[in-house]
Amino acid sequence: MKSFRLVWANLRRKKVRTTLAIGSFAVALFLFGLLAAIRMGFRGGADAAGANRLAVINRVSLILPLPLSYRDRLMKVPGVAAVTYASWFGGVYQDERNFFPQFAVDKDTWFDVYADNVVSPEGRDAFMKDRQACLVGRALAKRFGFKVGDRLPLRGTIWTGNWEFNVVGVYDGNRPEADTSGMFFRADYLEERRAYGKGTVGYYVVKVGNPDDAVRVTKAIDALFENSPFETRTQTEKAFAASFAKQMGNVELLIMTIGSVVFFTLLLVTGNTMAIAVRERSGELAVLKTVGFSDRRVLGLILAEAVLIAGQGGFIGLALAKLVIPRLSRALPMLGVLYVSPLTFAAGFVLAIAVGAAAGLLPAIGAMRLRVVDALRRI
Amino acid sequence: MVRIDGKGNGTALVRVRNLDKKYVRGTEEIHVLQGLNLDVDAGDFVAFMGPSGSGKTTLLNLLGGLDLPTSGSITVAGDEITKLSAGSLTSWRARHVGFIFQLYNLIPVLTAFQNVELPLLLTKLSKAERRKHVETALAVVGLTDRMGHFPRQLSGGQEQRVAIARAFVADPTFLLCDEPTGDLDRKSADEIMEIIDRLVREHGKTVLMVSHDPRAAERARFVLHLDKGVLMEAAKAGAGT
Repeated sequence: MKSFRLVWANLRRKKVRTTLAIGSFAVALFLFGLLAAIRMGFRGGADAAGANRLAVINRVSLILPLPLSYRDRLMKVPGVAAVTYASWFGGVYQDERNFFPQFAVDKDTWFDVYADNVVSPEGRDAFMKDRQACLVGRALAKRFGFKVGDRLPLRGTIWTGNWEFNVVGVYDGNRPEADTSGMFFRADYLEERRAYGKGTVGYYVVKVGNPDDAVRVTKAIDALFENSPFETRTQTEKAFAASFAKQMGNVELLIMTIGSVVFFTLLLVTGNTMAIAVRERSGELAVLKTVGFSDRRVLGLILAEAVLIAGQGGFIGLALAKLVIPRLSRALPMLGVLYVSPLTFAAGFVLAIAVGAAAGLLPAIGAMRLRVVDALRRI
Repeated sequence: MVRIDGKGNGTALVRVRNLDKKYVRGTEEIHVLQGLNLDVDAGDFVAFMGPSGSGKTTLLNLLGGLDLPTSGSITVAGDEITKLSAGSLTSWRARHVGFIFQLYNLIPVLTAFQNVELPLLLTKLSKAERRKHVETALAVVGLTDRMGHFPRQLSGGQEQRVAIARAFVADPTFLLCDEPTGDLDRKSADEIMEIIDRLVREHGKTVLMVSHDPRAAERARFVLHLDKGVLMEAAKAGAGT
């Protein structure tokens, strides 16, 4: 583009103003990256959920248990391929600020249902052999420096006392954004040591042979335990994960609202900046038209300026987000795995360009419609 | 040869017939130009003089295709520009007209070189060809050593020389000058008029100039007086031939 130099020169005309405009885009896109990462963190469980997995919880509340005896009955429901279970442990490692999720899981069936928790054969073997074994997620291991062979002490809060575990393996996810911030240990160890709640589990996860059967199996399970002391509520794992996240409030709505307000404000601020820039330069734009620059070309020059501001600011903001958010994620593990995915980066960049173009459109149309004789008279 | 009686033989480069321009301000109608006729041959240097508000700049804007008349026609090199669409008029302007303004109107964020290059960005010339044209134009106005300077680093006279180079770098059919010396001291004004004069004499350019300055107008081959929108008389200048 032969006129690029003109666009670039105009951007450098008021360096402070241009820097501030770029800065506002950078801040907005950093925020976009952060909100998108938090949203993904909250949705992480739902996104990772298998289409063929159903969660079975106590109908009254997620925090109430279900009998262990349900396992065999669940297995008999037509369409069910596998059943596993887990219980929330809620232990504290050294200090309450060191929160990370811990689950007691069934050693025999957990990995049949959760093939997306990837563990080395040696780790799995050791997990089967050692009653006090635990598997830590890659992110958790990195956070506290855990390695195979370490002893991991936890102070129980639901089941009080000191609990000790042997780290026998590190599990990974099958996706880069998979949540590996947790720890699994054997349910039989919990069962053996806990003082109450024996013979119960937190929730069941049922794997159906054919995802098309999910609705039928869901209804069949809930019907099976209807009118029992422990009625069940069965839902897809995705819905389960989403409802789990919703315990924190409607984070998604909050994030979308904040994001929309930020971008709308950005649109107004940038639009105003561009309008001022065009008004200040009406004489110069008239000169360009005088020497033969067409209305469309003038429109293009102004739009290009707005898009360049947005593009630079957007890139800086998103790059910062990509750099900073993983560190933030390590510092605030309760937010889950925060991660700026390539898709988020691309979406943010496109959004920045679109906002820049939208902000520049009205001033650009004004410049396009500028009458040369009127503008020259004002000089 | 310049005629204002509307009886030119049709070979003139610029032919204006029954040109009227009215403005409406509120309820008032201002008749700026009234039934104006003009024939200017290629290579002529014409100065328009007259009091403020006589319609000189309006006439220049109409001749340059920056404004449209209320009625009448303007034909330049065979193109009746008063019938062209806005888009066609813009591209016509790029090919045929070079403008020189009283306040130079350079783009402050571009260097002298880049300002002069502006009209060439609209052509198909390569970068090297554009550079050659710009350097030649700046050499003609004596500013080869200032091509990397920004307008704020130049004197008023130098800025106007850059503006002149920008006006003729694309080799337009004619140059329109609106008070080219109006903002300059005497010495700089004489230098500018000398350059314009040379463009006519040595490069065969056609120049139509509006000026309040009798010394500048002296350089023109023809001086026309415009009063209340009417071309009153034509006179031959004493110099400039």
